[in-house]
Amino acid sequence: MRPSDILTIPLDDWINSFVRDWLVPNFRPFFRSLQWPITQVLNALDALLNATPMIVVTAILALIAWRTAGRAVAIFTLIALVFIDMIGQWPETMTTLSMVVTAVLFCTVIGVPLGIIAAGSDRFQAVLRPILDIMQTIPSFVYLVPIVMLFGVGMVPGIIATIIFALPPIIRLTNLGIRNVRHDLIEAANAFGSTRWQTLWEVQLPLAMRTIMAGLNQTLMLALSMVVIAALIGAGGLGLTVYTGLGRLDVGNATAGGLGIVLIAIILDRITQALGEPKQMRRTSLLQTLKSFFTPATPAGETSERAG
Amino acid sequence: MAPKVEAKNIFKIFGDDPKSAQAMLQEGRTKDEIFEETGLTVGVQDASFAVNEGEIFVIMGLSGSGKSTLVRMINGLINPTSGEMLIDGTDIANCSAQQLREIRRTKVAMVFQHFALFPHKTVGENVAYGLKIKGVGAAERRERAQAALEQVGLKAHADSYPDELSGGMQQRVGLARGLASEPQILLMDEPFSALDPLIRRDMQEELIELQRSMKKTIIFITHDLNEALTLGDRIAIMHNGAIVQIGTAEEIVDKPADDYVAAFTKDIDRSRVFTAQSVLGSAEALELSRDTAASAIARMEELNRDAIYVLDDGQVAGAVTYRDLTASVRDNGAKLSEALVTDFPSAKGTTPLHELYPLCESGLPIAIVGRKGRLEGIVEPQAVLAKVASDTDEAA
Repeated sequence: MRPSDILTIPLDDWINSFVRDWLVPNFRPFFRSLQWPITQVLNALDALLNATPMIVVTAILALIAWRTAGRAVAIFTLIALVFIDMIGQWPETMTTLSMVVTAVLFCTVIGVPLGIIAAGSDRFQAVLRPILDIMQTIPSFVYLVPIVMLFGVGMVPGIIATIIFALPPIIRLTNLGIRNVRHDLIEAANAFGSTRWQTLWEVQLPLAMRTIMAGLNQTLMLALSMVVIAALIGAGGLGLTVYTGLGRLDVGNATAGGLGIVLIAIILDRITQALGEPKQMRRTSLLQTLKSFFTPATPAGETSERAG
Repeated sequence: MAPKVEAKNIFKIFGDDPKSAQAMLQEGRTKDEIFEETGLTVGVQDASFAVNEGEIFVIMGLSGSGKSTLVRMINGLINPTSGEMLIDGTDIANCSAQQLREIRRTKVAMVFQHFALFPHKTVGENVAYGLKIKGVGAAERRERAQAALEQVGLKAHADSYPDELSGGMQQRVGLARGLASEPQILLMDEPFSALDPLIRRDMQEELIELQRSMKKTIIFITHDLNEALTLGDRIAIMHNGAIVQIGTAEEIVDKPADDYVAAFTKDIDRSRVFTAQSVLGSAEALELSRDTAASAIARMEELNRDAIYVLDDGQVAGAVTYRDLTASVRDNGAKLSEALVTDFPSAKGTTPLHELYPLCESGLPIAIVGRKGRLEGIVEPQAVLAKVASDTDEAA
């Protein structure tokens, strides 16, 4: 005697008919139109990265790494990118990079505002939280099929799958970051007559920035981990190299693609982590510090005069 | 003159169903009973007060007395459950968000207990915050922030970050931020409580000094009665969300409204609260040109005094004592001027009693001298002691 002897629920049939017979015929044009902005950004980025000479891209990335994360990361970036070029994965890496950057860009554009709303409304947070839980735990293979049905195959559906998978951390951490801003600072901002936007822009966002950047970093890492899965529905790049290597039992090629993903991941991780560090704002150069020792009219000098 | 800030029957009840708690308050139930029965917290009950322009009004109470809630209702950070909060006649409790913002931008500024400086902005940017919010241009903003910082002696630190400054300096920045937008009303929510005692002392003196030139209307919250007595032109004492007494420092210490206030004022150094004015004796005096030694003795016997002051053309010339005069009359028939003690103790009416102690040493009554050397009255040394001690003998 089991419950299924009395009643069986044909959940699979229901969902099949919901997606195939209602969602797809009625909303396919709508979902297709959603692709448009993503396509534009992706194409522009992909064209740019692939048209720029390898040396220039490497130099720019190394420069960014140097400015944000310091010399060690810059040297690592340089060596890693040269290595990727040497193992013949450069074009694929650029494609993957443009995919990941596009996905993260859209995650930010969607996720930060949602996080801000969630921070301001307990009710919205209560609704949002289970949805985020589902997005984070549901195996991505489950939504690959409906995505293909609604969006077709190719790069953009791959990015959409990536967005779904990588979106939760940036929403959660934006929410957390803004909620953790000290209450008396918000009170002070209000007491001086700030509008909600002014409070958000002048106080909440800057103070939540570190946490939001941690969310961006998480989102980026998740997006990179989706690269191979996205290749299943037609996305190219390093993911495709790994996927075809898997299919042909070509260990060498799969490893080369995998290494490319790992190296890009490390570079992007270090750079975005460094962006979240607060020291950025007030770094003074060694020269300035040295100068200040010898200039008499420094603030420090004036105070000691006052005191004396 | 209409009061600058006026609270009329302000109630604040925290919780879902404030009306039921208010009804219970009307029946005379206490804050604790209401909390036990309904879970609602009475923050402020039936608070009414009026603050005049240019005065320092201190709201004093222990933690949980509702003083912080009350001050937040003055600039609308908390909305009262019922009652009116008038600033220049505008009801803060029932005005539009737009109006409220305008009042916060132009009329009322606030200084916070834990400074509440924005850690990501420099000291200068912090001070200029109110101006930036109002849309003042960058150059003017900088200039006015500098001026405000100069007022509190921190001009050189405009480019530092708040965490690079000490607590006292941070609160000066908080004060400068409040002053920068040139408000008429300054709300200070326990601004010095987080500071060391010595620094607190300095800041209090500095505030009094600043106020002398600024003449702002200041509403100052504290849990420290000594601070309240030092700063306040008038003081409101809160207990369990209600204002139990409003009065000057002397009124509060001299005539506490109930046992709660009396318990507070018991440990107060009364000699710092009361001034010579409070123990002033009548200004009977002699005239140097008219009176003789004999008439002086007669007068002192009549008044039953050991010494009396002598005026010369309206000004205090000195004092004569009964003992000196009787001796000189016996010796050589005697002029008043020869027995005159010109090295007499004198003070002003506003001098606190503790500064009179050394003057009591001479044995002569202290002359309280007003403008142009006019004698306002005298203070007998015994009266000083009696005033300072008057509450301790009750307690004993």
